[in-house]
Amino acid sequence: MFDLLTLVTFLPLLGVLALFAVRSEMFRKVGALAVSLMTFVVSLFLLVNWNPMEPGGFAREVQFNWFPEIGLSFHLGVDGISLWLVLLTTFMMPIAVAFSNLYVKDRIGQHLILLLLLETALIGVFLALDLVLFFVFFEFTLIPMYFLIGQWGSENREYAAIKFVMYTLLGSAFMLVAVVSVYALTGTFSIMEITRVLPATAGIGFQTLGFLAFVLAFAVKIPLFPFHTWLPDAHVQAPTAGSIMLASLLLKMGAYGIFRLAIPFFPAAAAELLVYVILLALAGIVYGGLVALQQKDVKSLVAYSSVAHMGFIVLGLFVFNTQGVSGAILQMINHGLSTGALFLMVGFLYERRHTRRFADFGGLWKSIPVYCAFFLIIAMSSAGLPGLNGFVGEFSILMGAYAVNPGYALVASVGVVLAAWYLLTAYRKLAQGEIVHQENRADVLSDLNSQELSMLVPVVVMCFALGLFPNLLLDKIVPAVELWLPGR
Amino acid sequence: MIGYSAAWLLALPLAGLLLNTFVGRRYSRTLAGTIASGAVGLAFLIAILMAPDIYGSHGEHAGQTLPLWDWITIGELQVPLALLVDPLSLTLTLVVTGVGFLIHVYAMGYMVDDARLARFFIYLNFFILAMLLLVLGDSFVTLFIGWEGVGLASYLLIGFWFDREDELYGSYADCGKKAFVVNRIGDVGLILAMGLIWTTVGTLNFTEALQGLATMSEAPLVLICLLLLLAVAGKSAQFPLYVWLPDAMAGPTPVSALIHAATMVTAGIYLMARTHVLWELAPMASAIAAWIGVGTAFVAATMAMVQTDLKKVLAYSTISQLGYMVLGAGVGAFAFAIFHLVTHAFFKALLFLSAGSVQHATHELDMRKLGGLRLKMPHTARNFLIGSLALAGIPPLAGFFSKDGILLYAFQHNILLYFLGLVTALVTAIYIFRAYYLTFMGEPRDAHVDSHVHESGRLILAPLWILSALTILGGALNLPFVLTLEHALASVVGELEPPVPSLEIALLVVSAMVAIGGARLAWGAYRRHMAWVDSIRATFKPLAKLAQQRWYLDDLYDRQILRGSHTLSQWLSTTVDQQGIDRAVNWGAETALNWSRKLRRLNDGRVPTYVFSMFVGAALLVAYFWIAL
Repeated sequence: MFDLLTLVTFLPLLGVLALFAVRSEMFRKVGALAVSLMTFVVSLFLLVNWNPMEPGGFAREVQFNWFPEIGLSFHLGVDGISLWLVLLTTFMMPIAVAFSNLYVKDRIGQHLILLLLLETALIGVFLALDLVLFFVFFEFTLIPMYFLIGQWGSENREYAAIKFVMYTLLGSAFMLVAVVSVYALTGTFSIMEITRVLPATAGIGFQTLGFLAFVLAFAVKIPLFPFHTWLPDAHVQAPTAGSIMLASLLLKMGAYGIFRLAIPFFPAAAAELLVYVILLALAGIVYGGLVALQQKDVKSLVAYSSVAHMGFIVLGLFVFNTQGVSGAILQMINHGLSTGALFLMVGFLYERRHTRRFADFGGLWKSIPVYCAFFLIIAMSSAGLPGLNGFVGEFSILMGAYAVNPGYALVASVGVVLAAWYLLTAYRKLAQGEIVHQENRADVLSDLNSQELSMLVPVVVMCFALGLFPNLLLDKIVPAVELWLPGR
Repeated sequence: MIGYSAAWLLALPLAGLLLNTFVGRRYSRTLAGTIASGAVGLAFLIAILMAPDIYGSHGEHAGQTLPLWDWITIGELQVPLALLVDPLSLTLTLVVTGVGFLIHVYAMGYMVDDARLARFFIYLNFFILAMLLLVLGDSFVTLFIGWEGVGLASYLLIGFWFDREDELYGSYADCGKKAFVVNRIGDVGLILAMGLIWTTVGTLNFTEALQGLATMSEAPLVLICLLLLLAVAGKSAQFPLYVWLPDAMAGPTPVSALIHAATMVTAGIYLMARTHVLWELAPMASAIAAWIGVGTAFVAATMAMVQTDLKKVLAYSTISQLGYMVLGAGVGAFAFAIFHLVTHAFFKALLFLSAGSVQHATHELDMRKLGGLRLKMPHTARNFLIGSLALAGIPPLAGFFSKDGILLYAFQHNILLYFLGLVTALVTAIYIFRAYYLTFMGEPRDAHVDSHVHESGRLILAPLWILSALTILGGALNLPFVLTLEHALASVVGELEPPVPSLEIALLVVSAMVAIGGARLAWGAYRRHMAWVDSIRATFKPLAKLAQQRWYLDDLYDRQILRGSHTLSQWLSTTVDQQGIDRAVNWGAETALNWSRKLRRLNDGRVPTYVFSMFVGAALLVAYFWIAL
């Protein structure tokens, strides 16, 4: 029972139980941080004895009977893809917890419990090898996120929270129908079993409907243009820790779902419909970039930049070659790091100034230079500057896309120009120019403190590390992708 | 051994910038400059030590490779990080570190009063690091790291005074942003070229890719070259992407000298020389490059004629000279393009730094307010004059030999190219002597400016004199018929067909006469104010008007493209996003809500309603079975 995968998944849940037991706020703060750090350390052991010899490239697997009468089992496994998403989750979580510990004053205990619940659900999604288990974890992420936005958000929080939940649920409803139909056809919920059986047995009509149902659910989550309008609302309203979770990890569930379920289950339909998905992804890249240019709120700029970046990831997944898919997987991690860090930085600023409007800033480079230096590094990582993490994934996706159709690469590279444009525009409005508001002066505004640095520096170190040594990740991603590719 | 030293070339500026980031700035104000200059100076010494080996070894491939580590490995896409030291990259390395070192030293004097001195030197060292990676990288991708890195350095340094705003530049921060974004447009060309190269030959390593591509048919090569040309137009400020460079002058003058004259902007020429095999096999692309080069050279020279700001004259002059280099590469004279790159680095850095000396002393670069500076700033004036003579192409200074080489091969290629290049040379001589006369000769025109003019200090003047020496003697690198540099580069950029000696001598004489004639014209116009010159000026009035309006290209960009994309993005974010897509989503939700409200009335808790609906249901069931059976 106590194998590594189960432990990583449920350690945060155990922490939740411990947090319930003691009501002291201090204990809950320290406890939540300790649990999330412990989960990170434990998750690092996944790297030990890495040996992806199992079929499907899974280095570790664990399976118990759950409801054998209908073929349900508790089945987890980790391969070269899910590994990094789990590590991203366990890496970002202590940062989110630390931020909330520092700045959330209202019902912090409950806030932390929700974050830890979210962590278990996220790890569960990335590790699940049983379709029902996946679905349960996937849906379960909604609950803590709903409360985080609805309870700790900004002025319009309830609207945003309900929109987020309802929109996602709508997509999931279709997916549920598809899950049941898949079971009816194959008689199993095992993801690997379905992957093996379904493509051969299902006709093109069934595949098309199933593919559309799955992709719709994931397209809302990613979000793929034009299903994205819940994202700016949710991001703007969410508390910082919620935004970090949302951008870094929740969006990745959608891309991961497409990679793990939608394409392998329905390859014929995917091959048939991929052009349309790619067109939506390309539209999202250009559209997200152009709309980001106009945003007056820092958070909604980052939200639209996510639409553009996630467009790159979907493009990469659907070009069906090693470079595109590996780049997409790598970019999921990169986007998690840099966008997570961007929301973290916006959070630092918001806690000081209680505003996120560009118009309220300007000239910050004079008053808080350390903050601005970090902001620029993160912005450059997001804009894909070589040497930092964002470049490698983007470059690989572009090369993969070029090999399939140079036109794809041409349109996507418009996004490269736009990214530089909107990020430097944001930087111009925040950091450069003269100080026009008294509240931004050096004697009023404090630069990053050591606690904040301790959250930010690890992410920046990772941005450099993955930019300079991406093979650390690619060594495991590429073999897994090459196992995934044949037949597409 | 060589490779080992090449790693030091990168390690030194890296160490300098890290030291200054974490340690140096805490101690004294002079320490930051000393560390930064020391790092670059040492790198220059190392490059010198490498020179005998690299230039001495003649052969098919004189280069030596130093693998660093496996950077990106994704199936067929393999990009190891490695440095390539060959005569071409070493030549550029020597220029970058040598001229770079002088400018670092100069900046210690020039920037002495600036509050953010340490930050300035951190950026400068970062620039040197990125530039060396650019020229030493052994693959397109490694080059691209440096390519983007120098772009970031340029952005940071143009906007170094990010809080300043004035009439000439607008917001300095916006100038930096413009440079970066316009360059990114060019970068798209490089990215797509890499896509085409990689899908065609499966590698992005220079040596392997060029070997592979050499056997290809012409069509993909032309496309690759045109994509590369877009990148060249961005980085090396050629038509139609040159518009960022005049604005880049918002940066401190040492930056203008180092980045926006001597080194970074020549990266495009380096890229063309590095890929010369492709250009030679794609004559159509080469011809387009040559025409863009000579066109840019001419147009920019006319714009330099009408500027009132000294630095802007030099900025347009740089665009124009880069045009010559692109022309040189376009007509296949890669060795002369690189030769001109080197001499231009000397004399243009000299001109910029002299202008900086003026600015340091007077806080004024508007030539209408200057004049007569030679009296109080004799050293600066003499240095500027030396630079002007070289730029104008007056023998035997360095610029004469390098520019003439390019014109010689242009003549053999297409007489029209040569003619336009020659006219540009005439305009060049006029505009630079106009600038010299307005600034240094005549009487002071502004009493306030004149009152605090003083000659600059030793830290500023010493680099000027060294650059002057290089400007005077630089031609010796590649004298006609001796051709030292050309032979040294031959192993990388190929041998050139030697021209007919009589033709070469004839063209040398013509060039010299044109240069002297141009200088004479400027002398007549701006020194003696002769009547006959005025009549010539009247003839060219329409051209001057065109040049003053910057040939309307900036207008086109600002009014049409920039405003157009703003309108588009505005329309997308309000009309499409908020009022279209998002409203549709909310409409869907509200419709569902309305329906559920209506349906709720069925469950009103009254027994009669339920009994009624039961009857309806039963009736429908009966009806169904009736029909079905």
